[in-house]
Amino acid sequence: MADSTLKAPPGPDLSEAFRSSVSRPPTAWQKGFDVVFRNLAHAFGILVVLLLAGIVLEVMRHAGAAMGTYGLRFLTTSTWDANRADFGILPEILGTLYTSILALFIGGFLGITVALVLSQGFVPRRVELVLKNVIELLAAIPSVVYGLWGIFVLVPAVRGPSGWLNEHFGFFPLFSTRLSGPGILPASLVLSIMILPTVTAISREAMAAVPKRLASAAYGLGATRWEVIFRVVLPTSVGGIFGALVLGFGRALGETMALAMLVGNANVFGLSLFSPGNTLAALLANHFPEAGKVEVGALMYAAVVLMLITLTVNALGSFMMLRATRELKGLS
Amino acid sequence: MTMNVEEVSPSASVPKESGRVKSSKSAAQGVVAPGQVVMDCRIKTLHYGNFLAVRDTDIPIVTNEITAFIGPSGCGKSTVLRSLNRMNDFVNGFRFTGSVQYRGADIYAEGIDPVAVRRSIGMVFQQPNPFAMSIYKNVAFGLKLNGFKGDYAERIEKALRGAALWDEVKDKLHTSGLSLSGGQQQRLCIARAIAVEPDLLLMDEPCSALDPIATRRVEDLMLELKEKYTIAIVTHNLQQAQRVADKTAFLFVDTTAGGRTGYLIEYRPSAELFEDPREERTKAYIRGEFS
Amino acid sequence: MANATMNSQVAGASSTVSFRHSFADRRTLGNSILTGLAVVLSLIAMFPLFSVLYMLLVKGAAMLSPTLFTELTPGAGMDGGGISNAIVGTLVVVLVATTLALPLGFMGAVYLAEYGGESRLATVVRFAAKVLTGLPSILAGVFAYALVVVTTGSFSALAGGAAMAILMVPTVMLTSESALRAVPAKMKMAAFGMGATRAQVVLKIVTPTAVPGILTGVMLALARAMGETAPLLFTALFSDYMFEGKISQPIASLSVLIYNFAGSPFEHQVALAWAASLVLVAIVLVLNVVAQIATRRPEEHG
Repeated sequence: MADSTLKAPPGPDLSEAFRSSVSRPPTAWQKGFDVVFRNLAHAFGILVVLLLAGIVLEVMRHAGAAMGTYGLRFLTTSTWDANRADFGILPEILGTLYTSILALFIGGFLGITVALVLSQGFVPRRVELVLKNVIELLAAIPSVVYGLWGIFVLVPAVRGPSGWLNEHFGFFPLFSTRLSGPGILPASLVLSIMILPTVTAISREAMAAVPKRLASAAYGLGATRWEVIFRVVLPTSVGGIFGALVLGFGRALGETMALAMLVGNANVFGLSLFSPGNTLAALLANHFPEAGKVEVGALMYAAVVLMLITLTVNALGSFMMLRATRELKGLS
Repeated sequence: MTMNVEEVSPSASVPKESGRVKSSKSAAQGVVAPGQVVMDCRIKTLHYGNFLAVRDTDIPIVTNEITAFIGPSGCGKSTVLRSLNRMNDFVNGFRFTGSVQYRGADIYAEGIDPVAVRRSIGMVFQQPNPFAMSIYKNVAFGLKLNGFKGDYAERIEKALRGAALWDEVKDKLHTSGLSLSGGQQQRLCIARAIAVEPDLLLMDEPCSALDPIATRRVEDLMLELKEKYTIAIVTHNLQQAQRVADKTAFLFVDTTAGGRTGYLIEYRPSAELFEDPREERTKAYIRGEFS
Repeated sequence: MANATMNSQVAGASSTVSFRHSFADRRTLGNSILTGLAVVLSLIAMFPLFSVLYMLLVKGAAMLSPTLFTELTPGAGMDGGGISNAIVGTLVVVLVATTLALPLGFMGAVYLAEYGGESRLATVVRFAAKVLTGLPSILAGVFAYALVVVTTGSFSALAGGAAMAILMVPTVMLTSESALRAVPAKMKMAAFGMGATRAQVVLKIVTPTAVPGILTGVMLALARAMGETAPLLFTALFSDYMFEGKISQPIASLSVLIYNFAGSPFEHQVALAWAASLVLVAIVLVLNVVAQIATRRPEEHG
């Protein structure tokens, strides 16, 4: 080699190859952009994680002072008085849990039923598709529209029967008050409508994942459709169904508008379905817009409690779904 | 079934006139005269994770020739082909010992940019894989990638003519490439590859998804292309190898160690390999005793 | 159906078994009752949708007129007016949200689909996105309040858009990741084989091919965001005036309008709430239906 002090670039000497062709080595710009793009993608991925962490930390930061001031009394008392700085969210915690559990029973039961109808061949495929779309559209209706509908359609419709139940069965704790307007029952009913699509979609997937040969074996032995459902399909997909219920429960816990408009916003808690009540999310929705600094602190504390409850439940639900899909994979 | 490895030493069946000694000196300057080795593939071991896919395979590829890789399924012919443009890098757990000397340097050496290597090597895959764009944009892709500043329409027509596709698509250049038939898609992929006039063209069973007429067209194309380019082709069609290839490499599967490891049995000018194979296994394969 | 009888040779029994379908058989009867129940319950489950749509059409359509779309929201107890500022406001907030959410969601999806693979970081990122999908919308509002309203000192469309963006990002990201992964690997290999860098492959081949799927995800996220109320209540607040180009001011929105007017003692405002609901649901349903159609069409191409 003539000039050994010159360092040849690493790699094959492609100058002749490139001379007779159109191709060229990648330009510095192309190579630089590749590196920049790669780093940008990584950065945005990390940003999502930081966003989640940021939300949790920022809310906790703003709640810190209030947490110190009110301590655990916050969770066990029932007044909400901004002027006297006396705050307690016990009725809201109980109300959140109560309405969500009721919604879980109603919406969960209905959701699993619809999922069965959609997946066990009760209706022809085209009808199944239409049903599936209808359920998806149920999920598309905004929560605030359900609230409006609830006020003007559901509450009047429920008022009659609830009065009757209160008259005749008032001794029973669930029916012990009169429904004046908003209350636990209308709120829970709307809440169950809102979680029904979630429960249906996830349960349906769990049921559809049951290997066909298990059901076929049972049919072959002479089982009726419902016997197959109760003895084969449901037990096999029970992991996914529980996951669906937990995730539906998680959704109910965080739901705000329908409850803010229908639950009555009264800082009391009673077992009666017809009494008004309050939930954490509704409390935040109602008080935040006009809150002064002191009240904001207390509201942030309430937000932390809501956050912990929903994140825990959602994490649990995701974990259950993960286990359920693993079990089903083992089967097939 | 034991095998005496010494008997089947790959270098025994490599044509002496590959001019290896001469080429290593001029290859250092990147200049390769016709009849000389442009890519010297020397695989010692090639692993995917713990699986030894190919071993002991030396195939020097000569300029302006068509070199065919043949052998039973699983013998690693596609793997060897993909080693030539570092496309194996995309497989998880890929490990390689040996060297692939391309115009004077080992493309697996430290610090080599595989992107630069792939710029001057074209590849046509077994399954047609046009982009989800118009025929025009498919063929133009390589031109744009390399910053071509000349007449696009002219180059695209030239490439499509070269791939024997021009007459069929000249009136619908702006329709989607995916709307073509399988055989047309493969010819589109060939047009896309030759539009940039690559130094070396690698073709992995390019005709396996084509009907006999389209196959014939592509083979005629290869014979034309070889005057300007160098082609390496993997094929399971022995007649095709006989028809188009100047040299043929026969690979076989070694199952003695419990796995399926490919290795080179013999590599000679096609005429000699097919008429008078030296190795037993080559004889058996050509006779059709196994595939 | 043929009337087949069978003599069973079971020891101690000499009954004949009929194959005819009969409700006298307890199992068959039970089966049919349960099926009937299931169908009835399913119909009950669907009833609210139809009831809502019915009310929207009856009460909302009653207010449909050109002035609905040109007038501003009336004050308490006043007549006339429309919802124009709310419609524009919703669009503005959603635009701000999309500008913030789309780059983050898309590039996050690119990371997950093209660079992250099965690495630990990718698992963490995906988990964070999944957790964010379950975040109560009001908490997104709380965070935007803390981040934007407190620091800038005022409620604003920007704060509202930021809250919406938090709700949109997970959906955009996870659906875009699916769309990017759905691009056939062989197409990518063709591009790599020609010496394209990974960035070029992603931007020139993968993304254009995945655009239908990405758009679907964006539309679904948009539809959800438009209907959200809670996050806007204390970030964007509300305004009776038309948007004038400043996103640092409070702004009207259809969802907050519905909330405010639903509880109003004035019938006219309640009627406007119904009209706004009709408009909002119409937009949301159109977006959902378009998204559903778009997800069906690629199957025809394949």
